[in-house]
Amino acid sequence: MLRFVLRRLFWAVPMTIVVTFLVYVALRMGTDPLASYLRVNQRASEKKIQQYIETNGLYEGFGGYLRGYVQWLGGFITGDWPRSIKGSREVWPEFKDSMMNTLRLGITSTVIGITIGLGIGIFVALKPGSLRDSTTNTFAFIAVSTPPYVSALILQLVFAVYWTRWGFGDKPLLPTSGVYPPGHQGFDLGLMIKHMVLPVTVVVIQVIAVYARYMRASLLEVLNSEYMRTARSKGISERRVLVRHALRNALIPIVTVAAIDVGAILGGLIITENIFGYPGLGKFFLDAYGEGDFPVLMPWMFFFTVVVILFNLLADVSYAWLDPRIRLG
Amino acid sequence: MADTAATSIASAAPSTTSDAAQGLDTTPLSPTRLAVKRYLHHKGAVVALVVLSAMILFVVFAPLTARYGVNEAVFPISEGPNQWLSPRSIAWFGTDAIGRDLYSRLIYGLRVSIFIGVAAAVMGTVLGVAIGALAGMRGGLVDDVLMRVTDIFLAFPFLVTLLVVRSFIGSLGFLEPIVGEPTSIRFVIFLFVSFGWMGVARLMRGQVLALKEREFVEASRALGASNTRIVIKHLVPNSVGPILVALTFAVSGSIVGEATLGFFGFGPQPGAGQTSLGNLVGDARSELLPGYWWLVLFPCVLLVLVTLCVNFIGDGLRDATDPKLDMGGN
Repeated sequence: MLRFVLRRLFWAVPMTIVVTFLVYVALRMGTDPLASYLRVNQRASEKKIQQYIETNGLYEGFGGYLRGYVQWLGGFITGDWPRSIKGSREVWPEFKDSMMNTLRLGITSTVIGITIGLGIGIFVALKPGSLRDSTTNTFAFIAVSTPPYVSALILQLVFAVYWTRWGFGDKPLLPTSGVYPPGHQGFDLGLMIKHMVLPVTVVVIQVIAVYARYMRASLLEVLNSEYMRTARSKGISERRVLVRHALRNALIPIVTVAAIDVGAILGGLIITENIFGYPGLGKFFLDAYGEGDFPVLMPWMFFFTVVVILFNLLADVSYAWLDPRIRLG
Repeated sequence: MADTAATSIASAAPSTTSDAAQGLDTTPLSPTRLAVKRYLHHKGAVVALVVLSAMILFVVFAPLTARYGVNEAVFPISEGPNQWLSPRSIAWFGTDAIGRDLYSRLIYGLRVSIFIGVAAAVMGTVLGVAIGALAGMRGGLVDDVLMRVTDIFLAFPFLVTLLVVRSFIGSLGFLEPIVGEPTSIRFVIFLFVSFGWMGVARLMRGQVLALKEREFVEASRALGASNTRIVIKHLVPNSVGPILVALTFAVSGSIVGEATLGFFGFGPQPGAGQTSLGNLVGDARSELLPGYWWLVLFPCVLLVLVTLCVNFIGDGLRDATDPKLDMGGN
């Protein structure tokens, strides 16, 4: 087991480097940092431009890209990150704050969503084909087919705009943007939670739908298997059969899927954050993308690549660890 | 087309003498009829097919079904203010910021969106089948590299991949004659094709690996058939069910993808005389706080409705073509 994990970890390093190099090339060609720099600093002298190229490693040609990548990676690892093109800001402090905000939003909604989703999945799998099964299935289907920005717009329309017009109150029930109201200073948990309700709801809807469907399918497969009949024939109670045998086995594929799905959840977060003006990684990315700000985008992409690769690894490892039938090659 | 996919069901269907002795009807259904029957069993899919067909008819005959032109105001501004009219008899779904009829614009927008969805999905699926078959037949390094790359690509958040690939393709000057401007419809289609093939490739590879050791492939090889012939004559027809399902989901994926791009302002700007669902949903954003609910609600509902219909059809097709599902008798 340990050898398996170590070997996968060992392979993860070159993979990260290859993928981030590809990302580096695609992103540098796509955003053209030198052009963005010249757009911001229109009167930069020839010498200044040359200096900018050298400090940022913006060399041309394939060899140049390789050299630039190595230079960038060196700076990235030693904490010497290039400054943003627009406003020449430090990237790390902003990145750190955004990450904290996103983690707060992401973890809250994932935990709530997966808990409810798995619960619903179990609930309907116990009576397949019943009315509650088909109703839940239809709703899950609708939720999966609804992009997050659509549910966000509808929620905003109801709770922020039409709440006052329909005479439910003088003020909108829930705020539609930010972490705090404009001009707020200091930490306030109540306000923070209030601002998180709508974005969390949007993400949770998606997560619930996805996991309810996974759990239903997985549990149904387990319930139809032979070892369930064996367990029942031993005479243990139905409850014990369900908890000890069915649920434990049904959760194995879910864990794997959850680890791989992290990208999809983050994708939903990016869209949601942007609509609610929530200062997280998604807004960070989209703002930088709009500006073509390569030095801001690249750490973001590197971070994401590492997260994606790590969670893929986690999926493999957890699968092998949870399911003794898997033999490690 | 679905015949071969369902052959195994047909051959497994009860036609034994014991059934006949019991006086049961043993005429086996043809695989296509069986698939149709299974499809009709899925009520959601049937309703979705009807709704989507109606939409497609509306969209194809847009000049007849739309009440106004795509950029035509419901009445000239000289006759009074025509912007932001709430739904009423002259404009069923209300009008937008410059007095155009939302109902007509939705029809024209859906036309562009469905075109993008179908075109991108078909091309992406064909490419994916070819690449997946290659990886599955060849194996070895090609296979490893291809599958690793698709794994990573598919694991990234959709929007991020979309945007990075978008700016990358946009920067390749030599591609411009083929893909057009980054804001053109053609570009968006190519963008979706450029990574829409990955899911299908993985699926096709799995199919090839599962089928290529089967006896009928061996027999064909013994008769001297080339790999290409085996893929085209045997492997693709035998995988037509899953491919069709993937194609359907690719259509809804591309429609949502276009809307997502449009929502964030990176979508196609189809130029004068056209619009798309993405543009309409994107416009909804600025009309939200002033409270013009019709400009938010109708585009959103239409987008969800189209996606839902296509997804339901995909679900129905899966039921119809998956030989593992037992729908209770034939």
